[in-house]
Amino acid sequence: MATAINPIVNPRLRVQVLDDEEIQRIHTATLEVIESAGVRFPSSRALDIWAANGARVDRDTGVVRAPGALIEDALRRAPAEYTLAARDPSQDLPLDGRHVYAGTDGCGIEVVDVETGELRRSTYRDVADIARVADALEEVAFHWVAVSAQDRPAESRGLHELAAIWRNSTKHVQTESVVTEREARAAVEMAAAVAGGRERLRERPVLSLMECTTSPLGQDGGAIDAGLVAAEAGVPVGFMTMASCAFTGPVSRAGTLVVGNAEVISALALMQLAYPGCPVYYAAAQTAMDLRSGAYTGGGPEDFVFGAATNALADFYHVPLSMGAFATGAHEPDWQAGLENGLSMLLASAVGSDMLLGVGLLNGSRIWSYEQLLLDCEIYALVRESLKGVEVNDETLALDVIRTVGPGGDFLAEPHTRRHMRELWQPRFLDRRPHGTWLAADDRARDWARARAQALLAEHRPEPLDDVTAGTLAEIIARVEANAGVAAGVGST
Amino acid sequence: MADGLFEAMRRSVEEGDVAAAEATARTAVDEGLDPLEAIESGYVPGLSCVGEGFASGELYLPDMVLAAKAMKAAMSVLEPEMKRRGATRSVVGKVVLGTVKGDIHEIGKNLVGTMLSASGFEVHDLGVDVPLDRFADVAGEVGADIVGVSALLTTTMTNQRAVIDTLTSRGLRPTVKVIVGGAPVTQAWADEIGADGYSEDAVGAVTLARRLVGA
Ligand code: B1M
Repeated sequence: MATAINPIVNPRLRVQVLDDEEIQRIHTATLEVIESAGVRFPSSRALDIWAANGARVDRDTGVVRAPGALIEDALRRAPAEYTLAARDPSQDLPLDGRHVYAGTDGCGIEVVDVETGELRRSTYRDVADIARVADALEEVAFHWVAVSAQDRPAESRGLHELAAIWRNSTKHVQTESVVTEREARAAVEMAAAVAGGRERLRERPVLSLMECTTSPLGQDGGAIDAGLVAAEAGVPVGFMTMASCAFTGPVSRAGTLVVGNAEVISALALMQLAYPGCPVYYAAAQTAMDLRSGAYTGGGPEDFVFGAATNALADFYHVPLSMGAFATGAHEPDWQAGLENGLSMLLASAVGSDMLLGVGLLNGSRIWSYEQLLLDCEIYALVRESLKGVEVNDETLALDVIRTVGPGGDFLAEPHTRRHMRELWQPRFLDRRPHGTWLAADDRARDWARARAQALLAEHRPEPLDDVTAGTLAEIIARVEANAGVAAGVGST
Repeated sequence: MADGLFEAMRRSVEEGDVAAAEATARTAVDEGLDPLEAIESGYVPGLSCVGEGFASGELYLPDMVLAAKAMKAAMSVLEPEMKRRGATRSVVGKVVLGTVKGDIHEIGKNLVGTMLSASGFEVHDLGVDVPLDRFADVAGEVGADIVGVSALLTTTMTNQRAVIDTLTSRGLRPTVKVIVGGAPVTQAWADEIGADGYSEDAVGAVTLARRLVGA
């Protein structure tokens, strides 16, 4: 049986970082930027679409300057709500503004080996194993491609990764590693095979695409073309800005929001101009550059505030949001990792972001750690329980019980206590042992997390993908490889 | 007189004041000052001072980048004059730099370029998504000492090997040294593909480049 997903629903704690007037000012400034400075779209297909819709297109530079009304009209066509489908329908994810789902982080380069603790290059096997472990976790609602299958040919790697996940999990897959039109066509074909045909895929998108913008004020041509392929097929597609204060965005928070917003909404508008009504989402992972090294920090007050502010923008445009949370800059699952991931997750959830990315990677999304995966899930669970707030009704006010116990005494043996005690949250990876026990045991929450991952790797058997579909996926990949001239056998899954 | 001007030149770089850097360079040209002396006694001390501040952590990256920009502005005013006089400035070394084909990550590569220029290297930045042959083409044209290849994706890092292979097949190795870097790149990878060096940040890239040219 598929693991039931246990998401955040209707967070009761609410945070507001921007008021209506401020949101309107950011929006107006964004439209002004799109119309004056413009956004670069290095894709001839995109430029044709913009030109046909009356935008000013500079064919030499690829810069598009679009009037605000065109952007606003286009965005109005985007559906406010839709569902990310899973191979197992009980794991479908309605993006309805009431849920906050977490996915795995993506595109890691190295893996901390769960047995040896050694750092090594990621492989296909890791993609499959991580998908299988994530399949078993109630906090993980969907997958990104957590690490890269570096033992597969570059030309078809993104497709092998998709196949690996579908073979090892029934949950929704959102890929951030399909960034060319060619791969996107194959990915959509694979998704159609999993969903049961093109029309079924439109109704039940078991795949969604996440593409990056190129700050400041640019798009990646391949990503835009891939997005258009998805949009045509009704496969949800989102565009993520990673604008970084002082480097690829202005040093100020508001300025960086404007730059990133211009990139994202211009890409979403393009999708709507091409395929009105296609499902799209806003995605963002802004940060502040490290002033000494120029590094993308992935954690810090700016990140946390961006998480909250961006949701206000996505709500303003009535599209779902996929927000960069977690993704600590720390090198190991430590104090820094807990702090950064805890706060980014809390703020992005308290505003009701629809999708949070993602659990499990360290060092600015470079190193996969199973320990971090489980610790991140613990953070998710802790925040989920916090955001439930206080339920007030006759049963929870518990007047009868309070009267029965009266002054002094205790509530331990009350039936009311027994009835509800399992609603109290129990940690799996917070150390609440007495100090002496802790000293004697000489182990850490990290060790428990690793043991849990090892157990899941050994035991968890996901619902397999049927042989026919698995065969079709392999055929599609083989065809792509043949066309790309990859030697036979190199890419066998 | 020249002392006051040198002082103004130094300050223009330290403060990252592009307009002042250009103005002082123009004054030098108008007054018939030796452009090489203007560079060495005026602008270079300013840049060194910022470089030291940056290395010690007192100054930040924007300070460094602005200083390099001011220096560059001054150089572009002085260069025609140098050409006219037939003077050439000695450089620590010539570097051809770029992000490989298929990859558009440029932030790290730009930083490496800035730090190398600021340290006296002549940098030919080919940009991003650079066709593999171009590294060898330009290295041959300019007589490069070092080719620097940046790659941020696991799908494109294999192109670093291809760049080295082209350099070898053109007979440019081993006179031209190759340095590599970027998020997925490690020392082990650099060794595997036969690069001469790897660095995980821009400051390290400068140290490495200096070592490779024997500076
Ligand atoms: C020649 O000698 C040398 C010597 C040293 C050298 C050197 C050369 N080059 C670098 N160095 C070294 O010195 C520099 C200065 O200290 C350092 O450079 P860095 O570049 O490392 O450091 C910079 C100062 C700051 N760092 C950066 O600028 C990179 C940060 C991260 C977050 C990142 C960013 C910002 C971006 N990205 Co991209 N991006 C990531 C990065 C994750 C990470 N934490 O590294 C990485 C590299 N990206 C990734 C991916 C997947 C992608 N990205 C993409 C796009 C982008 C943006 C455009 C959004 C943006 C780049 C903006 C730009 N103008 O450059 C896409 C690819 C586009 C393409 N065709 O290239 C896309 C495919 C995402 C998508 N779905 O579209 C991942 C690669 C994973 C993999 N398995 O290959 C990634 C690790 C993040 C992740 N886990 O998803 C050193 O590495």
